Amino acid sequence: MNVETNIQKPLTAKDFTSDQEVRWCPGCGDYSILKQVQSVLPEIGLKREEIVFISGIGCSSRFPYYMETYGMHSIHGRATAIASGLKATRPELSVWIITGDGDAMSIGGNHFIHLLRRNFNVNVLLFNNEIYGLTKGQYSPTSPAGKITKSSPHGSVDHPFNPLALTLGADGTFIARSMDRDPKHLREILLRANKHQGTSMVEIYQNCNVFNDGAFEIFTEKSSKKNETIFIEQGKPLIFGENNDKGIKLDGFKPVIVDLKSDNVSENDLWIHDENDRGKASILVRFFDNHQATGHLPRPFGIFYQEDRSCYEDDFKMQIEKASMEKENESLDSLLAGRNTWTIN
Amino acid sequence: MNSNIKEEVTILFAGDSGDGIQLTGSQFTNTAALLGNDISTFPNFPAEIRAPQGTLAGVSGFQLHFGSIELFTPGDSCDVLVVMNAAALKANLKQLKKGGTIIANTDGFDSKNLRLANYPDGINPLENESLDNFKVTLIDLTKLTRECLKDSGLGTKDMDRSKNMFILGYIYWLYNRNLDNTIDFLKAKFKKRQDLIDANIKVLQAGFNFGETCESTATIEVKPAKLEKGTYRSIMGNQATALGLIAAAQKSGLTLFYGTYPITPASDILHELSKYKNHGVKTFQAEDEIAAICASIGASFGGSLGVTASSGPGIALKGEAIGLAFMLELPLVIVNVQRGGPSTGLPTKTEQADLMQALYGRNGEASIPVIAASTPTDCFDAVFEATRIAVEHMTPVIFLSDGFIANGAEPWKFPKSSDLKEIKPVFAKEYTSENKEKFLPYKRDEKLSRKWAIPGIKGLEHRIGGIEKEHETGNISYDPDNHEFMVKLRAEKTQKVADYIPLQAIDSGKDKGKVLVLGWGSPYGAIKTAVKSLISEGYEVSHAHLRYLNPFPKNLGEILNNFDKVLIPEINDGQLVILIRSKYLKDAIRLNKIKGLPFTVDEIKSKIIEIYPN
Repeated sequence: MNVETNIQKPLTAKDFTSDQEVRWCPGCGDYSILKQVQSVLPEIGLKREEIVFISGIGCSSRFPYYMETYGMHSIHGRATAIASGLKATRPELSVWIITGDGDAMSIGGNHFIHLLRRNFNVNVLLFNNEIYGLTKGQYSPTSPAGKITKSSPHGSVDHPFNPLALTLGADGTFIARSMDRDPKHLREILLRANKHQGTSMVEIYQNCNVFNDGAFEIFTEKSSKKNETIFIEQGKPLIFGENNDKGIKLDGFKPVIVDLKSDNVSENDLWIHDENDRGKASILVRFFDNHQATGHLPRPFGIFYQEDRSCYEDDFKMQIEKASMEKENESLDSLLAGRNTWTIN
Repeated sequence: MNSNIKEEVTILFAGDSGDGIQLTGSQFTNTAALLGNDISTFPNFPAEIRAPQGTLAGVSGFQLHFGSIELFTPGDSCDVLVVMNAAALKANLKQLKKGGTIIANTDGFDSKNLRLANYPDGINPLENESLDNFKVTLIDLTKLTRECLKDSGLGTKDMDRSKNMFILGYIYWLYNRNLDNTIDFLKAKFKKRQDLIDANIKVLQAGFNFGETCESTATIEVKPAKLEKGTYRSIMGNQATALGLIAAAQKSGLTLFYGTYPITPASDILHELSKYKNHGVKTFQAEDEIAAICASIGASFGGSLGVTASSGPGIALKGEAIGLAFMLELPLVIVNVQRGGPSTGLPTKTEQADLMQALYGRNGEASIPVIAASTPTDCFDAVFEATRIAVEHMTPVIFLSDGFIANGAEPWKFPKSSDLKEIKPVFAKEYTSENKEKFLPYKRDEKLSRKWAIPGIKGLEHRIGGIEKEHETGNISYDPDNHEFMVKLRAEKTQKVADYIPLQAIDSGKDKGKVLVLGWGSPYGAIKTAVKSLISEGYEVSHAHLRYLNPFPKNLGEILNNFDKVLIPEINDGQLVILIRSKYLKDAIRLNKIKGLPFTVDEIKSKIIEIYPN
């Protein structure tokens, strides 16, 4: 007897890998993100058929083709809008939006902010490489000012977006940052993002080794990582540095770096991270200094903010259920007839 | 009391866009319809919500044609012109038949109003001989309304707002109508303001009594029309479109998801649909036109009936996403309630100038089915049919309506739900131990359409996208031969719809003759009336009206060849005529009007006579 359909073998990363050849450039940061997503999904415990990946256009947007789930590779900037329609009608599905800095911040900027304010329960993975890769190297809305690219040989004069500040400004309910080069951290963030009820926005620093190699080197390389980054955790003080010897203290609304060895400060004086504090989150997302500036703040990674707010699809569904209960007996025939009719014999 | 019997009457109500003209007109329409008259209406208003008062630019009109005979147009010209001010008279006098009746609010002809209407200094048309060819009734509406409400406790502003009820009451008297329908309407409209209910009813009755007291003229009787037996209601095109979508969703067993962004003249469909959440209708007011269609595509991917609607400018924005839906091969209905273009154009005026946009307004070879409604009630049937094609052929379909039929009303012998055809979606089946066939997302059936594989079903996990795909597997493919093959295959799939639609029929006249008038969309009524009239005069002329603009019915070429000449009237600069000429090499003659207004019957008749072969 063939019993294979009755046995629920636990799924593995391999079960989420499609038969399509992955065609990103060798060395691209996307590989690492793909691998983490494929390995996190079995842990989440969903079936393949319950998951949908939707992407727009750009290098990262090829992602759905590599996932053995339902998927759609759509048009530039619109994955968020497509996912909104899907989630509004199929709230039980697990919907993941794969997008990039050009796709989400530039051409799809409008849909991005409206997705956040509506708070659909979806996960947004924004692969930020600060460059247009698929069109071969123009500056993006997250490229730093002065960036020299093919379309800005004299340096970009655009002021860049800070994606997380934008997310907070649009009333995002889950705001996090991770990086391609820290699989363990990325994994944890993905698990938390999936758990959050509402739009989970995860910015992932991703290295484009062809057109913008080393953009995040300072945050990812061993030699500088400890001093230039700060990994924030709920309830823990903001500590960083080579030997965990530096901390962040709030001086009014101003974050100040303190030396834990020499400044006569104890851990108790430091900023304790609270994911649910919107005021603090608004300061934290602004840790966005140029790393060449003297006295600059480290770049935070982790979950900046989390809030429980009702999801669009739930309110949407509830309204329909309520209306259906109130007028449950109205048939299509009475709808077609309307209120005033007359008869000709 | 004298009473004249008339077969048909056209009344044009005109005034400032803040005078309540549309409400007055639609109230008379509903009452006329309930009494069994055939009706056809034409609301005509400026784009500005409150254009400068008293000016020609601010004139709003509502034309109503009602009768005891079958009517197909709102009337070429009117028998009665009701004007609330001097600008309304000036803008509309040319519409009035010789010997017609003018009912004028004298208060709207003071020196300020005369100046705003650009009458020369010291000239008042009500006081000189300029209106000698017409019957003129003068009523000082403001004075009479205020007099009537002097004890109501209302402020002057509120009192003046109800003066349209005085005129409505007077017209009801003139045409022997009772006030019940409007009284019910007022009670519902102002249900939280008893004072306004009382005031409006009082003024309405005062207007009616004013007619009776003055007996200034004989009342006119328009008997019920001898329409086909059955039960009727009055309906506007946008309402019919909304109901057609709900009916089609129910008949296909799908949830209706309507993603849209407000735009004139399509917004009323959203207003209508959003009332019917109890029928499971999901309306989504998106952040923009692109999000509206994309959300609908997302809903269709999830197994709902995705519908989006707009007017020309919004359809232009949706172009890329329509191409995506075409590549994904998902059902999607795209409603375009056309208006005057290009760009913002004439938002509140009608035009049929988006036919080429519907057929070709996308990048690449992306030919999709296009269906057009011809009358307000036909919106129901046509959008139902558009949905059937979208669902059964797994394709986006464009449904064309326009401002004229969207806002126009007529009696509708509404169908029973049991008489509506079932629509049959073809879903891919779950992978089980019995069904072990490997699922191929782009495997096609005899209609060349693929199966609908809904997320949530085991074994059907698949990826679709806008990139060119390999035949059957749907995997990304840049293979040159595959691309050419797929382009031709998708084109053939759309053309194959012709095997599943009715053959073209002749609407009026014989199968063969001297002139065929070939129409599409809203000129239906004017063409039909013109052709029937000429047939009765002995002309060998026929009328065929296209619902299917892509693909054309298979016998269209044959029909065209049965006539010496083919005339194509369109409210655009000639679009269908180009298609017919290129596809059938037929030397079709064009008749075009691009004034933001529908054809008159006379315009079409004259052209037929002009080209009629001797």
